[in-house]
Amino acid sequence: MATKALIPDPATEETTESLFAVPGIHCVSCIAKIEEGLPRQPGIVSARVNMGAKRVAIRHDPALTPPDLRAAIAALGFEAEPLADAGMDVAAAESRRLTRALVVAGFAAMNIMLLSVSVWSGAAGATREMFHWLSALIALPTVAYAGQPFFRSAWAALRQGRTNMDVPISIGVLLTTGMSLYETVTGGAHAWFDGAVMLLFFLLAGRSLDSMMRGRARAGVAALLKQTAPGALVLAADGSSRWIRADALRPGMTILAAAGERLAADGRVLEGESGLDIAFLTGESAPVRVRPGDSVQAGALNIDGPIRVEVTAAGADTVIADIARLMEEAGQSKSRYVRLADRAARLYAPCVHLLAALSFAGWMIAGAGVHQSLLIAVAVLLITCPCALGLAVPAAQIVACGALMRRGVLVKDGSALERLAEVSEAVFDKTGTLTLGRPVPQGLRRLWSDDRSILLALSQASRHPLSVALRQALEAKGVTPAALDHIREIAGEGVFAEYEGLSVSLARPRSLINLFGLAAEYRRGDQAMLLSFTDALRPDAADTLDALRGMGMKLLIASGDRPDALEAIARETRATAIGHLRPADKLALIGRLKGKGEKVLMVGDGLNDGPALAAGHASMAPASASDASQLAADAVFLGDRLAPVALTVHVARRTVAVVKQNFALAIGYNVLAVPLAIAGKVTPLVAAVAMSTSSLIVIANALRLKGVVK
Amino acid sequence: MTGLSLLIPIALGLGLLGLAAFFWALGDGQFDDTDGAAVRILIDED
Repeated sequence: MATKALIPDPATEETTESLFAVPGIHCVSCIAKIEEGLPRQPGIVSARVNMGAKRVAIRHDPALTPPDLRAAIAALGFEAEPLADAGMDVAAAESRRLTRALVVAGFAAMNIMLLSVSVWSGAAGATREMFHWLSALIALPTVAYAGQPFFRSAWAALRQGRTNMDVPISIGVLLTTGMSLYETVTGGAHAWFDGAVMLLFFLLAGRSLDSMMRGRARAGVAALLKQTAPGALVLAADGSSRWIRADALRPGMTILAAAGERLAADGRVLEGESGLDIAFLTGESAPVRVRPGDSVQAGALNIDGPIRVEVTAAGADTVIADIARLMEEAGQSKSRYVRLADRAARLYAPCVHLLAALSFAGWMIAGAGVHQSLLIAVAVLLITCPCALGLAVPAAQIVACGALMRRGVLVKDGSALERLAEVSEAVFDKTGTLTLGRPVPQGLRRLWSDDRSILLALSQASRHPLSVALRQALEAKGVTPAALDHIREIAGEGVFAEYEGLSVSLARPRSLINLFGLAAEYRRGDQAMLLSFTDALRPDAADTLDALRGMGMKLLIASGDRPDALEAIARETRATAIGHLRPADKLALIGRLKGKGEKVLMVGDGLNDGPALAAGHASMAPASASDASQLAADAVFLGDRLAPVALTVHVARRTVAVVKQNFALAIGYNVLAVPLAIAGKVTPLVAAVAMSTSSLIVIANALRLKGVVK
Repeated sequence: MTGLSLLIPIALGLGLLGLAAFFWALGDGQFDDTDGAAVRILIDED
């Protein structure tokens, strides 16, 4: 950093920062390559890689457009997608606030505890009073700062006439602090600052765990923004072109989309012919051919050739924005879900407050005086404060989520885990969910080894999905590419080259043999061979569906595909299948099942499943799913296997069982401790010991979940 | 007692110092990319 000042900085205010998602960053040499390579390009001042988020922040000359920067990153060998403004990291800010509050509470709790230990071990008179004052000095600002998350949430709930877990917490902490302050001022024997601050510390630990879990979903939010391009090259009437941001595009403009670029708006093709990848919309991997006059959607990836598009709808009017709105509406029911801890708090809080009020009244009637009675009531509140509810629930959930993560399942948050445990019927999408969602070449074994080498070299030259599938399959077999001459790709036709003087090609089949299957033709000289591709069922789909059935769940396959394409899969998995469903039909299907009282687990991948994913009681998506679907799903699973779906439901059910055990433990502890408190036998020392032990016990119980996944 | 009046401020001061250092690190983005920090040490700078 210090050396920077010696070099005259190229006026910082003249540079801007852009964010790019670079999924290919996975090792140290990637970081070094990008951070050292990018600044060598003209106009780029610096680049900083965030490996955890797989992002690069580039500081550059404002004259460089996102496609320029993308090309610069591509020149280093990485695929990159521009990210829209990073301004929406709300969850990160929330997480950071909680961490700060947790650290402050931890610092205060330790120091107050040191002072309290001296008081408990016999400090008396002036020393005790001084220690109480010192404790107050540390505790008051701490409660005011670290207690804010609870006070704010409690206040918001009370204003709407509801109660949640934060209401008893806030009342307990505030009353305890107030009473302790009164005791300190009047020189009383007991101050409870340690208890109040320690309670805040434990509860904040639970809250931070919860927020950390949600933080993992943040990358998914950024992914939705990348689906539409941040802007496009707009062609003016005089033939000049300039870069315009997506939100400034207007109907009637003409935009240029190069191969490999995403469209920023809906429109109609004016000129050029190309294949568009609209997997985000349909979940189908085969590109759609477009010609002048065809309509195209924002977010579609232009695969082979440059096209000119007249914008017909931009921004909030695009098809992708419509689906996003449908998803948002469908997701309302999820936000209405009341978490387990809050449901428990609705029963728990009135009991506790009634108990405290009764002990106050009881001691008043017994003639103990206002001061003594109030002290006892405060002790009851402190002892019953829902530590277990605040800490044990997130502790169990983060242990379960961590264990699932190691098995390739990312669960978004605790509420998702609770809802996953309740599902009674699973609805599966077909393409990309039960099947792999990508074409797999068939019959490669019949090829000679030199043919395989030629095919690999040909497929390496194209980004067409079938070429990519072929390349992956051949590379997985350890084939080495052959040396070809004159390689050229003709958009919509295929890849052509020469091998030892003989013309070879990987091209579109000349005769359409199978109407629905995908195929490519391999030609060598005058020989031609048809390579067929199918979308294979995931290897363990049938077993997973059987496992779910064994767990007492009903199963249904809902697809947008033709019914005859579903027949084989329905037979193999022995599940009922429904075909020809559009996104709104899937949404209606979920609504009907809900009406019958089922809690639906939706498993799907395409953007057409998005609204259904949002509407389901819980939802899962494979990692190959469209970004919007991954965003809507409660859990995302990696890899080609379907087994994680059954595993997740199993673990979710076990987690809820452990959470309920923890509630039982907490109630058991209260049954023991509350009579002591009501009898007036609970000193600050007893409260501190009781609180720590009960917290440790519920955490230890939560840790047992680690073994469930094995 | 005189010992206490010296030791308690020192103890609290040290604690506060640690707290301030942590906030500094947090604000400076030291915890933003923990995965990257672990491997950056391996970058060869010629």
